Amino acid sequence: MSQTDWPLYEVFIRSRNGLSHKHAGSLHATDAKMALENARDVYTRRAEGTSIWVVPSAAITASDPADKEAFFEPTADKIYRHPTFYEVPDEVENM
Amino acid sequence: MTSTDISKGALFEYLLRLGDNCLVLGHRLGEWCAHGPELETEIALLNIGLDLTGQTRLLLSCAGEVEGEGRDEDALAYLRDAHQFRNLLLVEQPNGDFAMTVVRQFLYDAFHLEFYTRLQQSSDARLAAIAAKSVKEITYHLRYSAGWMVRLGDGTEESQGRMQVALDELWRYTGEMFEVDEIDQSIVAAGIGVDRAALKPLWDQRVDAVLTEATLTRPDDNGAAIGGISGIHSENLGHILTEMQFLQRAYPGATW
Repeated sequence: MSQTDWPLYEVFIRSRNGLSHKHAGSLHATDAKMALENARDVYTRRAEGTSIWVVPSAAITASDPADKEAFFEPTADKIYRHPTFYEVPDEVENM
Repeated sequence: MTSTDISKGALFEYLLRLGDNCLVLGHRLGEWCAHGPELETEIALLNIGLDLTGQTRLLLSCAGEVEGEGRDEDALAYLRDAHQFRNLLLVEQPNGDFAMTVVRQFLYDAFHLEFYTRLQQSSDARLAAIAAKSVKEITYHLRYSAGWMVRLGDGTEESQGRMQVALDELWRYTGEMFEVDEIDQSIVAAGIGVDRAALKPLWDQRVDAVLTEATLTRPDDNGAAIGGISGIHSENLGHILTEMQFLQRAYPGATW
């Protein structure tokens, strides 16, 4: 096994046209090119994807769990922000 | 024997050559299971191995049909002895270290891609269809192995040293890929197969470009080891078959 871990990358996969890339998981690779190939080999073995993004995990700035109350709880009572009063036509498949 | 019998026998032999290369190399890659240097690398090697095993199934099924004696892909894979295998010596060479596996894969992939690209034009519709499916897989195999050739060749002093050792060790087995015999000639003349001798300059071009980028030295061409495609194998194939065929030999017809 390697003595030093390779850098971590986050993998985002778009399953088909019209959808957005979704976080699939993470993996190790020495560079972005290898990360892309590893993502292909690890996360798209069962035809999960038509497009892959890889991002160095270190490039992601994440919210702090300690900020949870200030960040997210104020939205809990603002139901008027939810577009629940519209009917979505049947023809719209991906919403 | 009538002329039809001869071409049927030749086609059977030819299909065994194609199928056995995939079978043996696929098994070798499978040996990396649970031994890969990194999780991601191991999965990648096994994916390639499974692609090759998939190609094996198509080719050996086809061989069984052509032979017409009721042998299916399993009978051909698990119930033949070493001298009945028709794979190249290159693909039965041991995994060694990761460098050895990568170099073996690259030298074969570069050949495999050129071969299957042309096999898509086969006058045999089954072979053309198998080639069309396989060529996409092989394109990725070569991308993968060539990437590692460059990464490790043009890497550290140790990685470059190991890659050069592997290249020097395996080079003698590359000549066999381009050695043609009467079976090749008859199958190529019938428009079914690919003239392997004609692939040499294309293979050279691909390999040289990658070796240059990988800062590795191309070994001399003298002294090619041949014999695999006529059934004369190194002891390595026996060891592979011992493991690969054990279950079917010990428990004939076992399924799960």
